[in-house]
Amino acid sequence: MSKNQHTTAEPEVDRSRRKLLIAGATISGSFLLGVPIISPAGPQSSNTGSSRLGFFINILENGDVIIGNNQPEIGQGLRTTLPMLVAEELDVEWLKVRIESMPLGLLKTMDGYTWKYGGQGVGGSTGLTDNWTFMREIGATARLMLMQAAAQLWNVPLQQCSTAPGQVICASAGKQASYGELVKLASALPTPEAPTLKAMADYRIVGKPQHNKEVIDIITGKSQYGIDTRTPDMRYAVISRSPVINGSVASFDDTVTRTVKGVLDVFSIEGPAVGAPYVILAHGVAVVATSTWAALKGREALKVEWKGSPNHKDSSEKFWQQNHKMMSGQGQIVHDQGDFPATLKTAARVIRHHYEIPFVSHAPLEPQNCYAWVQKNKAHVIAPTQMPSGASRAAAAVTGLEREHIKVEMSRVGGGFGRRLSNDYVAEACIISQKTGWPIKLQWTREDDIKNDFYRPGGTHELVAGLDKNDLPVAWSQRLASASKHYRRAGVKTEDLWQAELYPDDFPQAMVENYRLEYFHNDIGMPRGSWRAPAHTANAFVIQSFLDEIAHETGQDPLALRLNLLGRVEQQAYSGHGGPVMTPGRLSRLLKFVAKRIDYAAAREKGRGVGIAAHFTFGGYAAHAIEVSVTPAGELSIERIVAAIDCGFAVNPNAVEAQLQGSTIDGISTALGLEITLRDGQVMQNNFNDYPLLKISRVPARFEAHVMNYDDTPTGVGEIGIPSAAPALTNAIFNATGIRIRRLPVKDQLRKKMTA
Amino acid sequence: MISFRVNKQAVQFNDAPDTPLLWVLRDHFQLTGTKFGCGIGQCGACTVHVNGKARRSCVMPVSSAEGKSIVTIEGLTPPDEQLHPVQQAWLDEDVPQCGYCQAGQIMATVEFLQRHPKPSDEDINKNLTNLCRCGTYVRIRKAIHRAARLSAQAK
Repeated sequence: MSKNQHTTAEPEVDRSRRKLLIAGATISGSFLLGVPIISPAGPQSSNTGSSRLGFFINILENGDVIIGNNQPEIGQGLRTTLPMLVAEELDVEWLKVRIESMPLGLLKTMDGYTWKYGGQGVGGSTGLTDNWTFMREIGATARLMLMQAAAQLWNVPLQQCSTAPGQVICASAGKQASYGELVKLASALPTPEAPTLKAMADYRIVGKPQHNKEVIDIITGKSQYGIDTRTPDMRYAVISRSPVINGSVASFDDTVTRTVKGVLDVFSIEGPAVGAPYVILAHGVAVVATSTWAALKGREALKVEWKGSPNHKDSSEKFWQQNHKMMSGQGQIVHDQGDFPATLKTAARVIRHHYEIPFVSHAPLEPQNCYAWVQKNKAHVIAPTQMPSGASRAAAAVTGLEREHIKVEMSRVGGGFGRRLSNDYVAEACIISQKTGWPIKLQWTREDDIKNDFYRPGGTHELVAGLDKNDLPVAWSQRLASASKHYRRAGVKTEDLWQAELYPDDFPQAMVENYRLEYFHNDIGMPRGSWRAPAHTANAFVIQSFLDEIAHETGQDPLALRLNLLGRVEQQAYSGHGGPVMTPGRLSRLLKFVAKRIDYAAAREKGRGVGIAAHFTFGGYAAHAIEVSVTPAGELSIERIVAAIDCGFAVNPNAVEAQLQGSTIDGISTALGLEITLRDGQVMQNNFNDYPLLKISRVPARFEAHVMNYDDTPTGVGEIGIPSAAPALTNAIFNATGIRIRRLPVKDQLRKKMTA
Repeated sequence: MISFRVNKQAVQFNDAPDTPLLWVLRDHFQLTGTKFGCGIGQCGACTVHVNGKARRSCVMPVSSAEGKSIVTIEGLTPPDEQLHPVQQAWLDEDVPQCGYCQAGQIMATVEFLQRHPKPSDEDINKNLTNLCRCGTYVRIRKAIHRAARLSAQAK
């Protein structure tokens, strides 16, 4: 899940950065073309001063501190974690801190747009790592300004001033003042060079488990999600969408729809050209009404004739057949080290297996929605989005307005999982508002969401290993036929489509001398996109399954085989996804730990089994050990889960633990029951009745999530815990039953095989 | 005209009687704590209490609320009173991630604990079917047990 946002660290930016920091205008972005010129002390500064120190900090006279959060909150807890960093360096009582959400901040410069409040957007588990230094510097700079103000006021040297939570102290002069008393003076000072940051040993807030500041609003129903947006005169809109992918509207009859009480307007919406890059999916008919229910009833009464789609014969069955056929030939060799073919020929033993990974939907629990009011010269958007800058771009693209005239606010987001990196629903809402002139809230139903997603790509993997006489791999290949998620992405060449699906530095590339990756692209018409930990979920599953197969077929222990391979390399280069280096020993540490916790080596009764797996992604390391039992009738119970994450340094261990618990369950839920299938160009799933998310009953009470620090550098967290969960589960199933799951989801495979 | 009570207040609804209670609460009474997740009674994000019973309001036409008493998440704790033990437990255990399903989880749990004041894990497994896409089930389970203890202490 790349967020295309932290690439060009121009020297000019670095030089200007310190001075611009407190004003919030900072760092790089994919559309960074220049650095805006702002008064160093920020636009609020004046002779009279204010209670604000730049864009992020507001100190009230009673000592309460309001810290701005510039990032979308999708459940990862950033609205608590990022302000913790500010509060730590600012030196305030965490309990006195309140959080305020900031809108998208764009500044237009002569060269284009740049960030006003720092880069904004969450994807690729970079929400914390991108802001780790930035947020601490904001707090430290503000603290220094408060000390400078006090030094000036008391006429003492700055070096004699220090802080205690919420106040500046000058012991030698016997003086102290609260931040609230000093803030007006401080806010009028020029922004200093960023001071030295605290030593980790001095942390009082960071690194300690902190409660999420927003829980109280959530549990009392006060939190504002996108769906909760309401403004005076707002109308409600829904869209009737083509049941066939890439279908469009031939004609429609809205006679009955217009008789539904509350229906105000009905019109068709043009989607993107077939095969062209897309920001929206919709070809459809919009119904605008005075309430959600009236709009839905109006939609139900519509009669739409759909135009044929080139994809009307696409089907899952055809997809798997095409993959199989393609793989009988030669694909695109995208990575080739050593001499794979020759080594395979001379190998003492060759092991080969196929695996199938289904398409899946994101299904965040809050269905897509967006508020938009497009007026003649400006627009206002409130959206649950992971990528507010993308929302701004989407709104600009469909309305023709300049981005500086489009205000984008981020609501709390009812789940992201990568779905809301796409802002298609923002574009739709803007189209409808512009056409009607009304402020509107577009609402998708669950069926709209399941049937109109940017799905996680499905694919067929063939793993081949050549073993030496000690049964250790000396040649390895992964051949993959899949529907690349970069399909229809602007500027991506056909020969580069593989890059979204195979990551050449993944384990065990660095450990096996002769290593080859081969790709075949399947151009099925299903829209695709980034799904939490994108291709890592597929690749970790097949690699960690295949390792178990090698171990089993050669009479080795799966843990010992992994530790042997991981132990061959101390540190390896890793491009992207949390690189530039990967330290295999960190995976070994976690594997040994989870194995011990679950009594991996203990003998188990018939029908019980344990499985392990580990994976590196987005800079973080995770391992799972899972114990299952399977009845003779094929009924599976997950008895016990031990999960461990090494995210370097956990800024908020409470939030990291939550992400590890959640991503583990996400991995298991998806592996057990979730699949999107296609027939005659139509998605066959509708809602949670046929897209069954896991319920609490299948999650064992014996569930451990361990957060294991390694050093002082935080890595990504939100996606790290998902890839190894599914293979640990299916490895456990094999250990319990001897049945190898090579096709996800597991669904009723056990029952079928065990009762056959 | 349909008359009923919402969070102890008498209310009336004078629009399409087939409107699901969910949308009446959200669009007409601005009680947006009750969430739309699926519209077919599968996920439970819209759970409210109808005469004390947990009901999925997305599949309940407002006409069937006539004369009944509805409680939503906004009405679970009366103003100026201590948090309901279930909410307190959710706060203590930091249950929510995205939080979207949690009002429904809480409303379902409140009624569940009335029937099972000392629930076993098996009771939880058999009775609670609300979906959480973020996978907060580990903490939900802990919070349910904590809420049961808090409720017992309060008695």
